Amino acid sequence: MSDTIAAISTGMSDAGIGVIRISGDQALSIADSVFDGADLTKCKPNTVHYGHLVDVDHGEIVDEVYALVFHGPKSYTREDIVEFDCHGGMRVLRDALSLIYRAGARPAEAGEFTKRAFLNGRIDLSQSESVMDLIHSRTSFERKVSLSHLNGNLSKRIHDLRDRILHEAAFLEAALDDPEHYSLEGYPKELDQKVKNCMDEIHAMLSSYQQGSLLKNGIRTAIVGRPNVGKSSLLNLLSGKDRAIVTDIPGTTRDVLEEEILLNDIPLLMMDTAGIHETDDLVEKIGVKRSLEALKNADLVLFLIDGSRPLSEEDLSILSEIPSVPTLILFTKSDLKTCVDREQLKDALANRQNYRILEVNCHDEETVSILSKEIQDLFLLGNLQNPDQYLISNDRQKYDMEEAEKSLGLVRKSIEDQMSEDFYTSDLMDAYRYLGYVIGEEVEDDLVDKVFSDFCMGK
Amino acid sequence: MNYVEETYDIVVIGAGHAGCEAGLAAARLGLETIVFTVSMDSVAMMPCNPNIGGSSKGHLVREIDALGGQMGINIDKTFIQSKMLNPSKGPAVHSLRAQADKARYSLEMRKTLQNTPHLTLRQAEVSELLVSDGKVVGVKTYSGAKYKCTAVVLCTGVYLKSRCLYGNVIEYTGPNGLKAANHLSDSLIKNGIRLRRFKTGTPARMDGKTIDFSKLEPQYGDQPIVPFSFTTDPASIQKEQVKCYLTYTNEETHNIIRAHLDESPIYGGVIEGIGPRYCPSIEDKVVKFSDKTRHQVFLEPEGLDTNEVYVDGMSSSMPEYVQYQMYRTVPGLEHARIVRNAYAIEYDCLEPNQLLPSLEFKEIHGLFSGGQFNGSSGYEEAAAQGLIAGINAARMIQGKEALVLDRSQAYIGVLIDDLVTKNNPEPYRMMTSRAEYRLLLRQDNADLRLTRIGHEIGLISDERYEKFLKKKKLIEDEIERVQSIHFGGTESVQKFLEEHGSTPLKKSVSFADLVCRPELNYDLVSELSPSDTELSADVREQVNIQIKYRGYIEREEKQVKEFKKLEEKKIPQALDYDLVPSLRIEARQKLKEVKPVNIGQASRISGVSPADISVLLIYLKSGKYLENQH
Repeated sequence: MSDTIAAISTGMSDAGIGVIRISGDQALSIADSVFDGADLTKCKPNTVHYGHLVDVDHGEIVDEVYALVFHGPKSYTREDIVEFDCHGGMRVLRDALSLIYRAGARPAEAGEFTKRAFLNGRIDLSQSESVMDLIHSRTSFERKVSLSHLNGNLSKRIHDLRDRILHEAAFLEAALDDPEHYSLEGYPKELDQKVKNCMDEIHAMLSSYQQGSLLKNGIRTAIVGRPNVGKSSLLNLLSGKDRAIVTDIPGTTRDVLEEEILLNDIPLLMMDTAGIHETDDLVEKIGVKRSLEALKNADLVLFLIDGSRPLSEEDLSILSEIPSVPTLILFTKSDLKTCVDREQLKDALANRQNYRILEVNCHDEETVSILSKEIQDLFLLGNLQNPDQYLISNDRQKYDMEEAEKSLGLVRKSIEDQMSEDFYTSDLMDAYRYLGYVIGEEVEDDLVDKVFSDFCMGK
Repeated sequence: MNYVEETYDIVVIGAGHAGCEAGLAAARLGLETIVFTVSMDSVAMMPCNPNIGGSSKGHLVREIDALGGQMGINIDKTFIQSKMLNPSKGPAVHSLRAQADKARYSLEMRKTLQNTPHLTLRQAEVSELLVSDGKVVGVKTYSGAKYKCTAVVLCTGVYLKSRCLYGNVIEYTGPNGLKAANHLSDSLIKNGIRLRRFKTGTPARMDGKTIDFSKLEPQYGDQPIVPFSFTTDPASIQKEQVKCYLTYTNEETHNIIRAHLDESPIYGGVIEGIGPRYCPSIEDKVVKFSDKTRHQVFLEPEGLDTNEVYVDGMSSSMPEYVQYQMYRTVPGLEHARIVRNAYAIEYDCLEPNQLLPSLEFKEIHGLFSGGQFNGSSGYEEAAAQGLIAGINAARMIQGKEALVLDRSQAYIGVLIDDLVTKNNPEPYRMMTSRAEYRLLLRQDNADLRLTRIGHEIGLISDERYEKFLKKKKLIEDEIERVQSIHFGGTESVQKFLEEHGSTPLKKSVSFADLVCRPELNYDLVSELSPSDTELSADVREQVNIQIKYRGYIEREEKQVKEFKKLEEKKIPQALDYDLVPSLRIEARQKLKEVKPVNIGQASRISGVSPADISVLLIYLKSGKYLENQH
């Protein structure tokens, strides 16, 4: 029995196609559950099948794909494998991957496919070494970064957390074995607080991951506002050729357009730019509908208001649709006389945090640097040079930290349910173990992982 | 004069708790077996505490029973009080403990041995191990008789070169003044076996009629009594039970101990052996817990035909006159007379990392070892090892694969793995905290875990196995029923919930969901929907535990899966660790010493890091290893 893992196996950049690899006992059934096409559980091995990845919960087609079916032991890992050839946009791939996670696969650890190939006896050391060499040459910089993590902050903080957890587990066990000399009177309450403190710290580290991840993968940005407010102009300004890398990704199954813009080194992933281009000139209804769609997934919202006209019902209605993510409210046409009633706007913003109000000119080059500074502030990216903010650097660590957090949550649940103390240790030690995986210091079941930790994700 | 007395398949040296299980298992598997004892009157003797079981030890007894051992049956026949410990805690730490009638326990076990076909019980001191070409070929007794055999099981307990100490008195005897075995050690050493010195101790026995019980807190046995053995009908053992009593030491006791500490052979430096941290003498407790103003003392009768009372919690090696003083400070013991002195005992025992997990010596084929000689402490730990050593001696002769239980299967697995992997620096005592998968290794499900194995080995009869399968089926069926039945918020259901302080239903929930509520359990909820078949108490208990703690159980099962992956990666015994590149020196030494049988065991050796394990794994998979093989 091996659990089923999945990851993007192609590079973490936009390309023509991207491959998602799923491996493990449940690979065929998990893949089949998200695939609209042939029954993958019944397909012959080494065959290719055309179809769609479908998010059944939301009734959405995520991508048009080819599914490649391999049966263990004749596969890369010697387990059952399904690979989906998707379109190469990172957004599409990530959506597809999270769909597969929801269907029951778990994120593969770095090098885990190769590790399994090794563990299952398909490749020997020299082969795995050559794979390792290949990957080294591409990721040596990241390796340096993670090594410095290991010697520095992350490792210190994980050690500290592990020590504290182990101390509690040891006390509990001592008390259970020698109730005469160690009393558990009032201890559950005390433990609850200590566990909560650990969870808070882990949580804080996890949120720093979000920032790092935003920086790595791009801030999903929605531009919203009434027609003719200047969305198109702003977009054109931001994506000016001299400073932007623009990638057009015409989705073949969904007519969505994304553009990645580097705004003074901050990557913005402009969402549904097609909608914006269209709505300024074309049918208003479609534009609004699309904008709302984009809003749902946004990390950042640029809300444009025509500064030369009073606030309209429509402005307020759009505002009410904006989720509680960092928001820049931009009064456009700052070259004209400002007519907006700021007090009225403030009333509408009463329950919101994390927003800024600016006056901008969508045709003025200076606007670019003003916006980049504001975005930097909104996401606290100004501090990113500080390694403290960069504690967790990859999905594997994030997963283990989340699992540790979950296990600690289960300890608190046991306390809340008034379970007797002997139930606490198993979950405490689970948290201890998961934290050990993060820094590669867990002996028990994670040994080989360390060997392959230099591999990139999905290999 | 040397002469060949007889030929046997298996020779068991020692008839303590390990030797009895080893001998019985071997003989029951059809092998001609002889068990040597220094005294026919000391078979299965309990030279220390008068009870069987207790925290985690109760688990061992249940496991021994599920595999077809004798200890559970024997105590069910001879107990005088029985109690389930930790009833307020979770099922993982419930432990059965029974006070034994020591004399009857011993007699009953002797009778069982003597009535077992293929088994001979013989009083004689084995003085020499006969080895030829790395294989055991026989033993020789002090009287000069040679016994040829194919396998030997060492169960010498604390008898090898033992000496008993209190104050400045040293007696060169085994426990209870029995003859020590002074010759075998040298023969073992000659055969390359590494020995070390351990010590343990026991408290005084008091004359019961000189104890004032009137001011003490009585400790009663449970009603109803739960048997140890899965074969014992609970109804057959309900009987009147004796009382134990609880009393305490006090500052005066502690002052006396402190004042005379230098007269203790341990603190005075006479004893070189290392004692058990988890079974400390009263001197150790006073030193270690210096802030405690009192320690518990249990007064436990040693049997129905004796008035001797065991002073549990006050083992000591103080001089006799100090013993009188300190015991008499304890309420109830003010005028107590000592029947037997407290003493410490020092003995030769094994560095157990010379053993495979099968308990066979790595370097001497056919030589097995079990019990306190392996560095453990406690009757139950001894019996468990004796059973496995006996089974594996028999299986070796039969050409079958050795029985090795892993850490996820049984406390016995944890015990043996810890012993052979870790070379603990002190007598090893079983504790629930040593088991990683405690919630799976409960005492209540030992039969569900191990009966199949006992049957495969041949120690569980077909009849018993059939009965077990029936029980298992009842449990499974009832769990299925409990999961499929749903309750809506009907009047009777809401009333039931209200009566038991449980939140009323807003929507339909399953029977199982209700069982999971902290304030409810299977027995309560089954009032709402009783089973058609009548279910015994142990079946109902299983259904309750397996439903109620499902979440925890499933999480541990997940952990076990990870654990097994490394256990299944075998390491050839012939592996030359000097040829493995990049191993750190300490790790290399430790690995060479322990010669782990799989990667999992290797990872548990202290001094071997995850990185070392990775290196090892890579080497095993590499072409280099295969080249070196040739």
